[in-house]
Amino acid sequence: MNTADNVVEMRSISKSFNGVPVLKDVSFDVRKGEVHALAGGNGAGKSTLMKILQGVYQADAGEILIGGKPTAINSIQDAKAAGIGMVFQEFSLVPSLTVAQNIFLAAEPLGTGGLIDDRASVRRAKEVFSEMEVDVDPRAGVARLGTAYWQLTEIAKALAQNAQVLIMDEPTASLARHESEALFELIDRLKQRGISIIYISHRMDEVYRLADRITILRDGRHLLTAPLTDVTPEQIVEGIVGKKIEGQLSYRARDHVAQDGAPLLEVRGLTAGQRVRDVSFALRPGEILGLAGLMGSGRTELARALFGIDKVDSGEILLRGKKVSMGSPQQAINAGVALIPEDRRAQGLVLEHSVQDNLLLPLLGQIQRGPLLDGAKGKELSSSLIKRFAVKVAHPHRPVRLLSGGNQQKVVIAKWLGTDPDILILDEPTAGVDIGTKSEILDMIRELASAGKGVIVISSEYPELLAVSDRVLVVKDGSIIRDIPRSEIADEEYLQLAVQGV
Amino acid sequence: MSNANITAPRDTVAPRNFGTILKELDWRRYVIYIGFVVVFLFFAVLLRDQGFLSPNNLLNIFRQTATITVIAVGMTYVIACAEIDLSVGSVAGLSSVCTAMALSQWGLVPGILAGLAVGLVVGSINGALVSLLGIPSFLVTLGMLGIAVGVAQWITASAPQPILNDTFNTLFGSGNFGPVPGLVVWSAIFVAIGAVVLNRTRFGRQVLATGGNRNAAEFTGINTKRIKFQVLLISGMVASVAGMLYAGRLQSGRFQWGSGDELSAIAAVILGGTSLFGGFGSIIGTLFGALLIGLINNGLILAGLDSSQQQVVRGAIIILAVALARKK
Ligand SMILES: Nc1ncnc2c1ncn2[C@@H]1O[C@H](COP(=O)(O)OP(=O)(O)OP(=O)(O)O)[C@@H](O)[C@H]1O
Ligand SMILES: [Mg+2]
Repeated sequence: MNTADNVVEMRSISKSFNGVPVLKDVSFDVRKGEVHALAGGNGAGKSTLMKILQGVYQADAGEILIGGKPTAINSIQDAKAAGIGMVFQEFSLVPSLTVAQNIFLAAEPLGTGGLIDDRASVRRAKEVFSEMEVDVDPRAGVARLGTAYWQLTEIAKALAQNAQVLIMDEPTASLARHESEALFELIDRLKQRGISIIYISHRMDEVYRLADRITILRDGRHLLTAPLTDVTPEQIVEGIVGKKIEGQLSYRARDHVAQDGAPLLEVRGLTAGQRVRDVSFALRPGEILGLAGLMGSGRTELARALFGIDKVDSGEILLRGKKVSMGSPQQAINAGVALIPEDRRAQGLVLEHSVQDNLLLPLLGQIQRGPLLDGAKGKELSSSLIKRFAVKVAHPHRPVRLLSGGNQQKVVIAKWLGTDPDILILDEPTAGVDIGTKSEILDMIRELASAGKGVIVISSEYPELLAVSDRVLVVKDGSIIRDIPRSEIADEEYLQLAVQGV
Repeated sequence: MSNANITAPRDTVAPRNFGTILKELDWRRYVIYIGFVVVFLFFAVLLRDQGFLSPNNLLNIFRQTATITVIAVGMTYVIACAEIDLSVGSVAGLSSVCTAMALSQWGLVPGILAGLAVGLVVGSINGALVSLLGIPSFLVTLGMLGIAVGVAQWITASAPQPILNDTFNTLFGSGNFGPVPGLVVWSAIFVAIGAVVLNRTRFGRQVLATGGNRNAAEFTGINTKRIKFQVLLISGMVASVAGMLYAGRLQSGRFQWGSGDELSAIAAVILGGTSLFGGFGSIIGTLFGALLIGLINNGLILAGLDSSQQQVVRGAIIILAVALARKK
């Protein structure tokens, strides 16, 4: 094939951090108007490869060709000038500015006297949004927008700078289903306009829905590049994980739930703020309860109220039949409840601290000797957690910030499971983790339940929810509208209709 | 930030009708104006016999707050950028001293240049230490506070330096422009330039972006180190001008001039609605924050409180106002 068709070509890229090789001789190319999926396990080097293309890091060896011409990309500005735009998940917008101000940040249209013409940016932002065929108010403050709008704003920002290639790193990780669908339609339209998209995702259905070709990285090496018509899902999964895994997302009936037994947790008429209204349910030992619902339906807020973060306005919470008050997370933890939060970076981790310190944070009581902490014991405990959860980290003392996204998620989960809670609430536990790890996490959830613990899983991925839940509660506008035993849910579609309240 | 607040099935942001605008209107940002009016009315009624409302007293309030206003304009940039500058008060003092000494030795222009040079040098050092070495500005400028005041005391042997140059004194603070006191004109100029630059120039926008989300700014191609350097440099320069205003008004240079002003300026900025966490700044708010502090000082003096009581009341009012203006 002719290299001139390639808008981007990366040849033999290698990169190490502090002597640890992360990318080894990786080649990658993107054609005009194609969606190219980039897949691989957690820590395989996907984000690093893209950051090299984006000018955030520089490769140790290899070259980058843009439109067939060797181009040095030494800074983010270089990448922008070369027509490469990136939709970051976490940090590319300034919450205190408006949508239009963010889109034209550092490239503001200037009016008379060299002063910023904010009206012109609003007008041009509107043009970009109408080309994207989405409706976003450019004057809205970004802080008040939901994730889906952040993303649309980021895409608009890249397009306003004439990006020809858009890099999307796990763009649907925090989107609700209908929002993801809207994003896919947008990607289709962008493709039609000749814009190329590099799409990183751990979700196979998305890859098949969108991508023309796929490249798989494993442990920093290029494994294969192929049109999606030429590879089967099984081959892809095997390529990513390095071994065959079967039936990871199928439901396995477990008979540990004593349906008539006394509930571990009982919630009666719980109301907290605007998003949790008159919620009642019971969780039995050994049961896995799935919470389904649209984004914003109040599932996260329910979890927060149960964990003592949000104030409970009325209603009661009973643990093993005894009324308790969850005034603070500390009380909840003491009562044996653990919450694995949704936004791992903001709520789950101290990013600058080491993996070990993060893991031990909820466990300080266990490693205390007198008034002091027992260093050796802490080290032992954290190493065992790292091993048990297969966290990919060079050394327990490295800051969590340097871990890949999926490995950060593993640290959050490991951290809370270390406390050995009786009731575990997981909010989107597999966001951003690779397929291999996902099935490990689901297995772990099943194991915990089989050991008699109560588990509540919040997930926007229906296959995952259906794979583990014994019972699914459908949440809408802060209330539970359906309570369906797993055996009555025939398939994903049934659940989807239930969630939409049909 | 919660990222779970979309339920609309399509990509639409709620239409901005009047009701939603009213609801979205963040009254905390306007608390300063409300507070200003309330305190003003309170004193106007309570102190009507002490001449609070006399034109002379009102002009006095402006005159007395001018230096704080000027310093606070620079401070607004620093705080909007999520940094802090504790050295401004002592920079003002050092600048007044250097101006006075250079003025008596070499004349008007060298005097002014000497004052500005103080701001340039101190601001650059602050900026370089913060942006290049990554030392928190709190520590850098706390150290600089001591250094500047020490140098000012040292080179003058703690003695006041009289300024006999009438042109200088008229220009910087003692004179009037027509009926308007020069100090009022100075603060008006700083507020006007400060507001336009912060709201309508790329530099201002980049300051807000850096303070609002440094990573995002960095990834947008903004040189955030340079921005941090620049805001601290500006703050130092502005403080040195404030020092010259002290020198002109009090017709002397003295190391005590400006001491403690950093706290008043920070209070003015925060009262004015600039976020202590960066990302949002309002120069007009800062102006009213400074005026409110001036108003309170003036009212308490007229009410006959002694200076220890004044300090207590002032502190309590500031804490109260900031508590009202705080984030949810
Ligand atoms: N700045 C850095 N310094 C040191 N190591 C790093 C740095 N950035 C990434 N790494 C390491 O490089 C490896 C690859 O990380 P990368 O983020 O590219 O993985 P990924 O494929 O995007 O994974 P995920 O699917 O989990 O997001 C990881 O082991 C990570 O710990
Ligand atoms: Mg990644």
